[in-house]
Amino acid sequence: MDVLDLSRWQFGITTVYHFLFVPLTIGLSIIVAGLQTAWHRTKKPEYLRLTRFWGRLFLINFAMGVVTGIVQEFQFGMNWSDYSRFVGDVFGAPLAMEGLMAFFLESTFLGLWIFGWDKLSPRLHLATIWLAAIGTNISAYFILAANSWMQHPVGYRVHNGRAELTDIWAVLTNSTTLVTFPHVIFGAFLTAAAFVLGVSAWFLLKKRDISLFRTSARLALAVALASAIGVSFSGHWQAQIMTEQQPMKMAAAEALWEDETSAGFSLFAVGDVENGRNHINLQIPHGLSLLSTNTLDGKVEGINDIQARYQALYGPGDYRPVVGLAYWSFRLMIGFGALSALLALAGLWLTRRGRLPASRWAYRLAIAGIALPFLANSLGWIFTEMGRQPWTVFGLMRTAAAVSPGVDIPSVAITLVGFTLVYAVLAVIEVRLLIKYIRLGPVEENEPDAAVPALSY
Amino acid sequence: MENVWFVLIAVLWIGYFLLEGFDFGVGILLPFLGRGEGERRTIVKTIGPVWDGNEVWLLVAGGATFAAFPEWYATLFSGFYLPLFLILLALIARGVALEYRNKSDSPRGWDRAFFWGSLGPAFLWGVAFANIVRGVPLDADHEYTGTLFTLLNPFALLGGLATLLLFTLHGAVFLALRTTGDLRQGAARMAKSLAPVTILVVMGFLLASGGGGRPAWWAAVALAALGLIGAVAATLRGRDGWAFVASALAVVAVVAALFTGLWPNVLPALDPANSLTVTNAASTPYTLTVMTWVAAIFTPLVLAYQAWTYWVFRRRLTGAT
Ligand code: HDD
Ligand code: HEM
Ligand code: HEM
Repeated sequence: MDVLDLSRWQFGITTVYHFLFVPLTIGLSIIVAGLQTAWHRTKKPEYLRLTRFWGRLFLINFAMGVVTGIVQEFQFGMNWSDYSRFVGDVFGAPLAMEGLMAFFLESTFLGLWIFGWDKLSPRLHLATIWLAAIGTNISAYFILAANSWMQHPVGYRVHNGRAELTDIWAVLTNSTTLVTFPHVIFGAFLTAAAFVLGVSAWFLLKKRDISLFRTSARLALAVALASAIGVSFSGHWQAQIMTEQQPMKMAAAEALWEDETSAGFSLFAVGDVENGRNHINLQIPHGLSLLSTNTLDGKVEGINDIQARYQALYGPGDYRPVVGLAYWSFRLMIGFGALSALLALAGLWLTRRGRLPASRWAYRLAIAGIALPFLANSLGWIFTEMGRQPWTVFGLMRTAAAVSPGVDIPSVAITLVGFTLVYAVLAVIEVRLLIKYIRLGPVEENEPDAAVPALSY
Repeated sequence: MENVWFVLIAVLWIGYFLLEGFDFGVGILLPFLGRGEGERRTIVKTIGPVWDGNEVWLLVAGGATFAAFPEWYATLFSGFYLPLFLILLALIARGVALEYRNKSDSPRGWDRAFFWGSLGPAFLWGVAFANIVRGVPLDADHEYTGTLFTLLNPFALLGGLATLLLFTLHGAVFLALRTTGDLRQGAARMAKSLAPVTILVVMGFLLASGGGGRPAWWAAVALAALGLIGAVAATLRGRDGWAFVASALAVVAVVAALFTGLWPNVLPALDPANSLTVTNAASTPYTLTVMTWVAAIFTPLVLAYQAWTYWVFRRRLTGAT
């Protein structure tokens, strides 16, 4: 393993780990804000109890998102210094904007929300959680704009050996950003909904606070179904834009070796990368052409043809990502998402008009279902980022040229092992805390301030 | 334009050390001042609502450096690789400790993480800044060519000690302002006993850093001295508010002195031909203009709502509740 491989592993591990907490934060922040709004409007104590209960779990998760995010902010300079030199003029701007517009907002107002229950008027206090929730969403927008620029660079010119910004507006309204943002946000809502559903199912299984958690479960089921639909539509748009902007990624995702009109959507394939063909390929006829061009017989480019074209364009080299990884991460993302959607559909049916399913298996499935969107999210990123290889900035800079030239193997090895170990320990602590507070349940609250210490310090 | 951004980045670091400086101090003093769980909880609570917002100053300083001086960001963070790794680990430990200590069954373990997670960065940031102002070995591509031990020279260790003492004092003064009774008295006593050695080390470090002897630099050094002395004087008279103003002034002046001494370099090299300066490290005028607009609109907004937060939580917290 050289510095490049180690740095890639480190970036992959720390970023995927960061993104375990991020979607839950984005989704739960809005759900908690919604519940508090419901309490504010109706003054029903159940809503307050739910706000506090889900709020506590949200905070436990938020802390992890924050500390792992700090690492992200500095990693570009530490491990990817040549990348930073090359793109800083363009890429630094959205990152700095994210900090100034979003991180300040969410962290400051969350502090006010946690400690402000008895210090702010109820309206003002409600406003703080909304501002924090909005902050998380703005943060997602800017970081995705930065990431989308790497997928599809716009609004720049290459000058003096670096990419220079010529149009900030083009970067912020990149077509890639505009489709990625809804996809990620819907994915985040699906994640939060599956979490709320699973936890509620546990209470229903234990027959604790049944009416409270039936409400939670129904709310979660509705959000889950809506976001599953949103994720599919936005994913479809993304696929179309991707076919146009990064045809190689789409071809790899489909293990499509030659250009084809009326291409089928592959369900299961076993391929031979050396010789550029498949041994087995089970397909839905016309599926891929439909997904990527909206017509039954649109032309979709294949890996071998794009490879030849890119060699002519960018010089000799291998422009193929790891096909097997792209193929399976894409399929599994969609698959886990579809399972989650099915679960939501079944759940809505089983709980219709005041019913609750009798079978314990229904609840157990809902609990297990918490994992599905987390898997889909991680695989989605692995697909997006690995499918872009060998490029770090598509068409402009290769990953191999991005790594820090001055950092040696022992240093990266130390940080890679260090972060991984610390993250593993933190994962255990976080899961234990979540379980502890779930078990504790929504505590009875006679006076409004009884649970303040539990929420804060 | 580059100079505007040099000043803005200095302001972000000033904001960071001014605010997070007392957070670090509070963490370092926790085991010395907090007797019993009740007192310790009160101590942690003094920074509870604000520490995360304070830490964002660092994130924005990092992001702004990336946007305005990409070369500086790249060289600094890849060059100071392992110290930065330690700082990141410490910030992780500290952040998790602050959020989880009260939710877990063993706050004592978390308090240890909080202590080390505060002490580490308080010391290491000084080491880093001492190396920044003194200069490091860079090659013609602006790549750092030294090792970890190049960074641990005596001057840098003095810098580390200086920030460690400065932040601890700042934290003690802050705690005296934010608490009552025994805690307040303990914090004030701590401030008084720390003051002489802090003044000695901080002033020694500043004078050793040279700073080109510009008038502005001398003014900043004088203000730092004034702030430190003012902080002790006010503490002796029990004027906690003034003491905090004075120690805040000291922190601001120390960081300002370092940046004044640095300009027009952003990271001097041992061979001056390879130094990173505000000109050769900067982004294009277009990017800087865009960022200036963003900063001009959002910085006042951030300052306003953060100031309001401090206003909301202005009441002193009482001892062992
Ligand atoms: C703003 C930039 C940016 C953003 C928002 C993301 N990435 Fe990325 N990603 C990169 C910038 C990047 C990078 C710096 O460019 C890497 C490092 C090496 C590379 O080629 O791209 C990369 C690589 C990379 C890899 C490893 C690929 C490899 O080893 O070649 C994975 C698995 C991810 N990323 C996953 C993610 C996840 C889960 C993200 C969600 C939070 C994410 N990325 C957001
Ligand atoms: C690799 C690039 C990334 C960097 C440099 C980065 C940086 C950061 C930083 C520094 C924080 C801590 C902020 C605080 O203290 O409040 C953070 C948290 C956060 N990030 Fe990231 N991040 C990255 C990827 C992403 C992506 C892709 C998203 C969203 C789609 C995202 C969304 C968030 C959110 C919502 C938070 C709030 C805290 C939490 O997650 O609980 N980040 N990020
Ligand atoms: C019908 C279902 C889906 C389709 C067609 C779809 C499509 C896509 C496509 C084409 C990309 C790559 C975009 C690019 O690289 O430019 C992508 C990425 C991604 N997907 Fe999906 N997806 C689906 C379901 C899901 C689900 C259920 C989740 C999570 C809950 C999810 C989470 C993600 C994430 C996090 C990314 C990476 C970020 C991004 O580029 O947007 N996807 N998806």
